[in-house]
Amino acid sequence: MADKVLMKGNEAIAEAAIKAGCRHYFGYPITPQTEIAAYMAKRMPKIGGVFLQAESEISAINMVYGVAGTGMRVMTSSSSPGVSLKQEGISYIAGADLPALIVNVQRGGPGLGGIQPSQSDYFQATKGGGHGDYHLIVLAPASVQEMADMTILSFELAEKYRVPAMLLADGTMGQMMEPVELPEVDYKPTEKDWTVTGTQMKRKHNIVNSLYLLPEELEKTNIERFERYKAIEENEARYESFMMEDAEYCVVAFGIASRVSKNAVIAARNMGIKVGMIRPITLWPFPKKPLAEAAEKVKGFLSVELSMGQMIEDVKLATECKKPVELCNRVGGMIPTPEQVLEAIKKMAGGEK
Amino acid sequence: MMKRVTIFSGHYGSGKTNLAVNYALMLREMDYKVSIADLDIVNPYFRTKDSEELFAKNDIELISLPFANTSVDLPSLPSAAYGLFDRKDRQVIIDLGGDDRGALALGRFVPRLKEDNDYEMIFTVNFYRPLTTTVEEAYEVFREIEYASKLKFTKIVNNSNLGEETTAEDVIRTVEMTEHLAKLTNTEVMYTAVKESIADDVLKAVGNNKVFRLKLQEKLF
Repeated sequence: MADKVLMKGNEAIAEAAIKAGCRHYFGYPITPQTEIAAYMAKRMPKIGGVFLQAESEISAINMVYGVAGTGMRVMTSSSSPGVSLKQEGISYIAGADLPALIVNVQRGGPGLGGIQPSQSDYFQATKGGGHGDYHLIVLAPASVQEMADMTILSFELAEKYRVPAMLLADGTMGQMMEPVELPEVDYKPTEKDWTVTGTQMKRKHNIVNSLYLLPEELEKTNIERFERYKAIEENEARYESFMMEDAEYCVVAFGIASRVSKNAVIAARNMGIKVGMIRPITLWPFPKKPLAEAAEKVKGFLSVELSMGQMIEDVKLATECKKPVELCNRVGGMIPTPEQVLEAIKKMAGGEK
Repeated sequence: MMKRVTIFSGHYGSGKTNLAVNYALMLREMDYKVSIADLDIVNPYFRTKDSEELFAKNDIELISLPFANTSVDLPSLPSAAYGLFDRKDRQVIIDLGGDDRGALALGRFVPRLKEDNDYEMIFTVNFYRPLTTTVEEAYEVFREIEYASKLKFTKIVNNSNLGEETTAEDVIRTVEMTEHLAKLTNTEVMYTAVKESIADDVLKAVGNNKVFRLKLQEKLF
């Protein structure tokens, strides 16, 4: 057989997680990400892994918390309302400095919202989400191949920095089918000095905990954690630059919005408008540097989002509002068309050239 | 002899809906009266109802679930589907949901199907889909669906593809696997479905008349 398979984004996440050595999946079904759970339910028993459908999202994330404390690769997945339910557990995992993967295949909100695609959990994903000072490493795939690749990367980054990672996709990315090549991952679980795996009476026991009754101690752990965040911001910001060399205008879009926008950028170029695109691949850390650099060269930015305008705030911060930043969006499960984005580009560029 | 009812079933994402739509168009070209029933209770995202306009234009009757494409994730069967068994002047195509769970929707209609004994139950397979990449895996899904639907498959359609990237070579290498699966299950291969652009190459290599040209491709995002 060929090396490629035709996969749904959700299936690609599940299989990539298995390739990355994840043998523990805990979840609760919700559209449009249920294929992840369905796939895990089929595959995990065959490879000696655990698939467990918990009685709720809250128990699922706490099971993730438990396994994460042993240092094993573990994940959960859900969609927007379900991810909201998980926030307490995510905050605990962040507070206990544990690596884990949380997948959010976003749907329209707020509330129960709808089952169609959305990017309106951007704030929740990138600004913490739960209570307390913390961040997740947030990756935003824009193809089924990236759904697979970034699942693997999420596990690696989470482990490297002992920070929970989130894969922030949306309903279209989860449901669409594309050919994928699943990479072989050379992963062997390593001994870690912080896991709770039994002391065999040979060492002092480790404690995995997010409770600190002494404020001085809690302050210290927070400050130490932010040192790690600083390192992540310096080393792990990822983005794709498209036709930016001579660009006078810059579209900023991630995930499904970037796929739509790419078509619009090409169409605008054909009309003689010098426009390019910066696609954030990590949403936290946000790729501030390329945007700051672009702010010195371009005349304006266009943030294309499936939300009422959330990432646009980070674009304004990264560019220090040196140039105007416009919004082009659809919400509630609707997706902007390339024509809509093209119109917005044309408007920004002051009409057709 | 062409049977009156054709049921497309198979692994999740094996291309049942696309095949059902193309098959309906072919039957219309042959001047049959055609009804297509969307009984996919599994996937609320892509479904036959997306082709509503196309059906209207080609005078194909579409019977879809009461809540199809409304985002209401409520699996229920269309009442009009029951009538199809009495309207014997029509060819009926049934588009089932994926896997054993999707096949459950057929349960209600099995007694009538068996009584009339004028149906083709088709297993569609795409060997490039995960969990059906080998004959053995496909066999497992095949039996799971039969168990859930309480109906035996009669034919197999090979719909192996890698989406837009599919080459003739990709398809040709799956033809033998399909034959193998048919032998294993005591069924026969109905045809190998291929997109128009590579149909001639596949036909040349396969050398029989069991190639079905897909006029219409599902749109990708």
